[in-house]
Amino acid sequence: MDAIAEALRGAIALLASWDTQLAGIVALSLKVSLSAVLCATLVALPLGAAVAVTRFPGRRGLIVLLNALMGLPPVVVGLVVYLLLSRAGPLGHAGLLFTPPAMVIAQTVLILPLIAALSRQAVEDAWVEYEEQLRSLGVTGLRAALTLVWDIRFSLVTAVLAGLGRASAEVGAVIMVGGNIDGVTRVMTTTIALETSKGDLPLALSLGIVLILLVLLLNTAAYLVKEAAQRRYG
Amino acid sequence: MILPLKLDRVSFSAGGREIIPPLSLEIGAGPATVILGANGAGKSVLMRLMHGLLAPTGGRVTWNETDAARVRRQQAMVFQRPVMLRRSALANLVYALKVANVPAGQRETRALDSLKEVGLLQLAHRPARVMSGGEQQRLALARAWALHPEVLFLDEPTASLDPSATREIESVIRAFDAAGTKIVMATHNLGQARRLGDEVLYIHQGRLVERAPADTFFKSPSSAEAAAFIKGELPWV
Repeated sequence: MDAIAEALRGAIALLASWDTQLAGIVALSLKVSLSAVLCATLVALPLGAAVAVTRFPGRRGLIVLLNALMGLPPVVVGLVVYLLLSRAGPLGHAGLLFTPPAMVIAQTVLILPLIAALSRQAVEDAWVEYEEQLRSLGVTGLRAALTLVWDIRFSLVTAVLAGLGRASAEVGAVIMVGGNIDGVTRVMTTTIALETSKGDLPLALSLGIVLILLVLLLNTAAYLVKEAAQRRYG
Repeated sequence: MILPLKLDRVSFSAGGREIIPPLSLEIGAGPATVILGANGAGKSVLMRLMHGLLAPTGGRVTWNETDAARVRRQQAMVFQRPVMLRRSALANLVYALKVANVPAGQRETRALDSLKEVGLLQLAHRPARVMSGGEQQRLALARAWALHPEVLFLDEPTASLDPSATREIESVIRAFDAAGTKIVMATHNLGQARRLGDEVLYIHQGRLVERAPADTFFKSPSSAEAAAFIKGELPWV
């Protein structure tokens, strides 16, 4: 019990002083995860919407695949991205392994199916409601998808946030492709893993607190935005 | 002119059940047509087949015009529950006009004129989804009005509205009729059929049982099904 209390005191002191090492790790985490969310969203949202409003052979298979990939094991993603980026791999010449861009790639791959599957579901639910009206107005295909995405944009924030949550919380993929290099590719989760095994509990705990606070903050913001939008637009 | 609309042995089945057995009819310009029948008679399905939202399982739906885009643009439909986008009343109309390829410079003027027509001008900038059910249905009519369709389909447009909202909707439908738009309306409400219909198509179990001018239909229906329907409904009208 004493050890926990001591670690907690250390963590609070560390947070209060907010030293450059801590700040650097938090900043890199945010940079990597937000970049991954941006990349994944740009692909996943149109993909999810397109699957929702179009009918083509193999559509059901694709939906099942997307849903299944939501639970993609991070270490497997890490392994595959590692193989692709390693010196001998097909993308090895870019020299990205053990750099932040490698971590962005891994997280993008990890959360793309999640955002695509969740937005597919949201857009499809809206499509059920809007389809006849939109078709009656002569709106089909891409235009229908874009109209729906724009109309339910506040609900889609939830899908994007789920992606951000998964990206910022995962450790397996980024540690494999980033290498957890001090000052270069060390993010919150990898630091927590490392410092815990090294026994530096205050640093690990302080980062854990920051991580939880960030997730809480983002979700509160998203909730408030959605609620305000609901009141404003119905 | 895209009218007359012809249904040539049109049938529709879903899930192994025949909802509309082969049915042929022609709808021309002019008097307001009311498709009357009990709930589940197939009125909505028939109307969707006409409007092109459902593809017939058998037979053909043809218009007096072969250009599919023109046929689509000359029709509008108002549903039982209006579906509005999460934007202002005005923006909902402007969106529909944009989709219909109305030049950008004319959209807002036309949209405002339509809102005025249905008495919603003062609510032009209100978000459409927070308006009342009656207001949203009037907005749906304004959206149709802005498109200047040759044919307006209405599927039980007042079924979920209170009497005063119903009166407002009916007066807008009359304005459409007076402006020369062909009205094709599905309803199970006899009072409404009487108030708005010039001719009645009576549908029973997917079949067109009777087609007659409204006066004749209500005074002396020629089919036993229609007579029973009129008699059975009367106490609640």
